[in-house]
Amino acid sequence: MQLMHYLSLAAILFSIGFFGVVTRRNAIAILMSLELMFNAVNINLIAFNRYVTPGDLLGQIFAIFVIVIAAAEAVVGLSIVILIYRHWRGIDVDRINLMKW
Amino acid sequence: MTEPLVFYLLAFLVIASALAVVTVRNIFHCALFLIFCLFSIAGIYVMLFAEFVAVVQVLLYVGAVAILMIFAIMLTSRLAGHDVQMSNEQVFIGGFLSLIMVYGLVWSLSNTFFRISDEAPAVNTPLAIGKSLMTDFVLPFELVSVILLAAMIGAIVIARREGN
Repeated sequence: MQLMHYLSLAAILFSIGFFGVVTRRNAIAILMSLELMFNAVNINLIAFNRYVTPGDLLGQIFAIFVIVIAAAEAVVGLSIVILIYRHWRGIDVDRINLMKW
Repeated sequence: MTEPLVFYLLAFLVIASALAVVTVRNIFHCALFLIFCLFSIAGIYVMLFAEFVAVVQVLLYVGAVAILMIFAIMLTSRLAGHDVQMSNEQVFIGGFLSLIMVYGLVWSLSNTFFRISDEAPAVNTPLAIGKSLMTDFVLPFELVSVILLAAMIGAIVIARREGN
């Protein structure tokens, strides 16, 4: 398989995640779409590591760091979602517009 | 001969389940499709000779993040099972922008030259990754553990009920 196939797959996955982020109303669904985008980035990193610099493992190590940071992001994001749910009795992001002008 | 077949099968599973994640109306089904998508991406990592990252993917994403999502869904959705409106009115412009993004990314990638190396991929990657995490990358490694600790404490503080 060529590098281009993996990069195209990552591009499609990233765009699907972007679509989910801009169209979903549920905050948890937005976080799930964000995870899709993180995974697209990881596929890119590992594909470049495999095809451009197969000798060292920089891309894989960076992908592991991205996964760990994404886990931390999900923990904080979901706790914020639970807090929002307690205040508004719902997590519809179209209704949570306190910080919009 | 079987490698393109396996790749296209995995790519189809990834894209189909990702589309299901962003379009299915039931949020709980979204989470299950997300787990399926993450498993297929772990298969893609195995195809790229990144078996340690694939294991970390299954452990951390499927085992921790996705289960956390399901817990959050169960804690927040009174409306699970009801037919709630899940998408806002930006579906058409969002889909249009996503298609433009796919086109632009693939076009620019196919017009870029990447120097493909003929070297054989590294074998025994968990050993090499562990060694470099403990030597060259020991500072980022420790920083990430501090970030995880901070995220854990932050999540407890944020989600705790006030007053007790």
